[in-house]
Amino acid sequence: MPFETPTLRRLARVGGLACLLALVVALAGCSPDQYPQSALHPRGDFARMVDGLFHQVLFWATVVFVLVEGALIYVIFRYRGKPDDPEPEQTHGNTTLEIVWTMVPAIILAMIAVPTVKAIFVENSVPTNNPLTVQVIGHQWWWEFRYPEYGITTANELHIPVGRTVSLRMGTSDVVHSFWTPQLAGKRDVFPNRETRLWFTAEAPGYYRGQCAEFCGIQHAKMAFHIVADSPEQFDAYVKSMQATGTLTATGAPRPAPAPAGTPVKLQGGAVVKTGLGGPTPTPAGPAPQAAPAAPADTTKPAAPTDPVLVAGNKLFLSKGCVGCHALTAVNVPAGMVGPNLAHIGTRRHIAAGMIENTDANLAHWIRVPQEVKKGVLMPNLGLTEQEAQQLVAYFRALAKQ
Amino acid sequence: MATTAVGHAPTGYAPHGHAPKTGLWSWITTVDHKRIGILYGATAFLFFLIGGLEALLVRIQLMRPDNTFLSPETYNQMFTMHGTTMIFLAVMPLSATFFNFFIPILIGARDVAFPRLNAFSYWVFLLGGLFLMASIPLGLMPDQGWFGYANLTSNQYSPGLNVEFWNLGLQILGISSLAAAVNFFTTVINMRAPGMKMLRMPIFVWMSFITQVLLLLSFPVITVALIMLMFDRLFGTHFFVPASGGDPLMWQHLFWIFGHPEVYILILPSFGIISEILPVFSRKPLFGYAAMVFSGIFIAFLGFGVWSHHMFATGMGPIADTFFALGTMLIAIPTGVKIFNWIGTMAGGSLQFKTPLYFAIGFVAMFIIGGLSGVMHAVAPHDLQQTDTYFVVAHFHYVLFGGSIFALTAGAYYWWPKMFGRMLDEGLGKVHFWLMLVSFNLTFFPMHLVGLLGMPRRTYTYPAGLGFEIYNQMETIGALLLGLSQLIFLYNMIKTWRKPADAPADPWNGATLEWAIPSPPQEWNFNEIPVVHSRDPLWEAKRERGGPLPEPAKVSGAGIHLPNPSFWPLMAAIGVTAIFTALLLIEKFHAVGIIVAVAFFLFSVFKWAFEPAG
Repeated sequence: MPFETPTLRRLARVGGLACLLALVVALAGCSPDQYPQSALHPRGDFARMVDGLFHQVLFWATVVFVLVEGALIYVIFRYRGKPDDPEPEQTHGNTTLEIVWTMVPAIILAMIAVPTVKAIFVENSVPTNNPLTVQVIGHQWWWEFRYPEYGITTANELHIPVGRTVSLRMGTSDVVHSFWTPQLAGKRDVFPNRETRLWFTAEAPGYYRGQCAEFCGIQHAKMAFHIVADSPEQFDAYVKSMQATGTLTATGAPRPAPAPAGTPVKLQGGAVVKTGLGGPTPTPAGPAPQAAPAAPADTTKPAAPTDPVLVAGNKLFLSKGCVGCHALTAVNVPAGMVGPNLAHIGTRRHIAAGMIENTDANLAHWIRVPQEVKKGVLMPNLGLTEQEAQQLVAYFRALAKQ
Repeated sequence: MATTAVGHAPTGYAPHGHAPKTGLWSWITTVDHKRIGILYGATAFLFFLIGGLEALLVRIQLMRPDNTFLSPETYNQMFTMHGTTMIFLAVMPLSATFFNFFIPILIGARDVAFPRLNAFSYWVFLLGGLFLMASIPLGLMPDQGWFGYANLTSNQYSPGLNVEFWNLGLQILGISSLAAAVNFFTTVINMRAPGMKMLRMPIFVWMSFITQVLLLLSFPVITVALIMLMFDRLFGTHFFVPASGGDPLMWQHLFWIFGHPEVYILILPSFGIISEILPVFSRKPLFGYAAMVFSGIFIAFLGFGVWSHHMFATGMGPIADTFFALGTMLIAIPTGVKIFNWIGTMAGGSLQFKTPLYFAIGFVAMFIIGGLSGVMHAVAPHDLQQTDTYFVVAHFHYVLFGGSIFALTAGAYYWWPKMFGRMLDEGLGKVHFWLMLVSFNLTFFPMHLVGLLGMPRRTYTYPAGLGFEIYNQMETIGALLLGLSQLIFLYNMIKTWRKPADAPADPWNGATLEWAIPSPPQEWNFNEIPVVHSRDPLWEAKRERGGPLPEPAKVSGAGIHLPNPSFWPLMAAIGVTAIFTALLLIEKFHAVGIIVAVAFFLFSVFKWAFEPAG
């Protein structure tokens, strides 16, 4: 048969080797923009450390691959026999050789083991360099992020400052998930009954995609998120704007006189919970345990919104049940909210847990028929009209500009 | 039994010989290890094709981003069933095919230690497989992954019967595996022919023997875990329910204490098959026999100490991570010894390029790649990037398909003439090999890359723009070709089936006892129990004679003691399955169903126990 020719066979094997080496090296050289979720394109200290380790192992694996597959191919061609050839010499083994090929792998493994164990201890260490602590809570099928230091909560889009180590303390509200942003760090599972930890430092500003990596039910595939690494200034601005959402009234309308920037204002988080329209009642209600000290807030008389977009959107948000599961403020959000926090949803780049671009059309579609976009999510199709969905989109966009 | 049968060579004084048995009833009541082996093989190959179809549906769904070929529910059911089917209903029973047919012959015995228990194992396996498959027409296929991580499997998050089909089905299959393991363990210990010392046993028998030990030690763990889960789901306990103090992480430990030895249960028999084939087609004894035996034992031993390398991402802390990382690396040493010894076996030989050798070399070449990616997983910090991605999918398909399936296919081509008296077609065999090798690599090699590029496992879809598209397309095309290669194998079987059964007793110039008896063997295997003087008894006999042995004659077998056929093993197996069916339907039939099923089972066992064994 033509494809049995030695040359082709050799080519096939050498081709396999070329694949292994060339592709990994080539891929690592490619623009990370093409591979926004790639472990081969580290942009964080943790990911870079393990990537370095991987390259050491890959080097040794390639050496072993070439030598062993090479020996196999050599033997196949060198000792090709014919049926009537005399019986070959009946050897049963070679002790020296066998000792050598037991020791050589052992030595190579030792050379891999030393950096591995070092990295294990680094990876498991607790950061002490004034890290930014973020509480991560997995939900079927989205991610909740809370910043105890700033008293703010968000979902599916985690902003972090470049250059400052982030220390994640993680759990889940339901089943086991796994938090994974390949360009920044390896993955870490989250459990309902224990806290797991992960740290990393983003090296460069960027928009890094991550995704749940532990099978968690029907929409496991659509449980992504993004980490936005901001410059320190941008990050401060982000925190302030998130804290400013605390100046919203319970009904989502802006107060006439916003509190001084940077001062979290206590919102009637309870109001959001107690309304409980159309959705399961979240428990426990009450302020988040890690909430930052909040300035006394004026909770007396929220001014009526005047912007017609805000008025219409606010009315829908309250009457259609959104408010039962979602908060529009990032501040003092009670633990156990059923739906993702919507503070500044209008400015996020993706919706539906990192899955869809946040265009007006996509957002309206998602609000109107979530079960079509992501079957099985807790949010039911609420029976909104096309126009009502668009009004809500406009409302979110307007709020984001406040 | 074997040893007592020495000296009972057919002399013609017995009242009657053994007429060849035919007909459906003879298969239903058979206790002949060879027929049971063929039943295992036919059933497992069918399940293998079903598992392959499940994989193809998965691959078609993933061919394009945001594809809607399968719904998310169906996709999750498909990958769960693919894994469960391939592990428990294909690779394990395909190995059992060769255990059944060849372990007794290779050690010079006339049957296994417990022939009726052997039939029971098969029937329980068949019914357990059908129990799982019954979920397909009902649309209740398991959908929580073959690993069934708690607490996703709790009633709260998986309310349907899907988890029950998986849980109860695996319990049924576990009974089959345990009964078979007891049987083969005893057979190897007790039934060896005179002179067949442990260190003269063929390596296939050795590796199979070690596999039985692994089964005996690991299946009780998964059985306990499954029963705990069953109690959680059916009777309201909280072993894995965190709200009531249960611990989902405990499931992971229990599962992998079984799950990692299971990996070696899947691969050690294949190591054995390769270690039989390479010497025969190199015309030279196995290189480093003792090293092969002890490296197998060492792998099995270490296999019980590395389970948590499946759990690095759970955050076990530095000490546990270090222990499991180093333990995993250690396994590479005995595995490397095996690979070097296989190459050493071929070196200096006179390689006869028949189809079994093609597949055996394919096995070695592919297993090297799977072994190297395995060492990469042992690098725990980087495993945090690999685990639960397609990199891992690539790895275990290189060891389970490139490893086990290549080896089992090699074994099929090698032993087919012995099992059926017909040689599989060599030309088709080579087409089968090349298509399988190329399409296998096309399917699974890109998974390494797409995994490192960030594609997680068990995701029914992925968005465009992550750079996954081209690799997934290659994989799907490869998978379809891989399916085609299996159809070529199927065609080869059918074509061979139509040929006259004229294969010689020793078509490959074999070294071991199976080639001394007719193809296919007569029911009692050996007219006289052989006396063994060396590791390669047949080569020794041929060398002494100075040429090939005469074709063994078929004899009447009069006077040879054989166990009676029995249908009580099948009845008992139906009883076992009935018990688990009653548990499945407990909402409907309550305790009554269980009581009836248990009564039927006990009745069958009673009849079995008091039936004359022959």
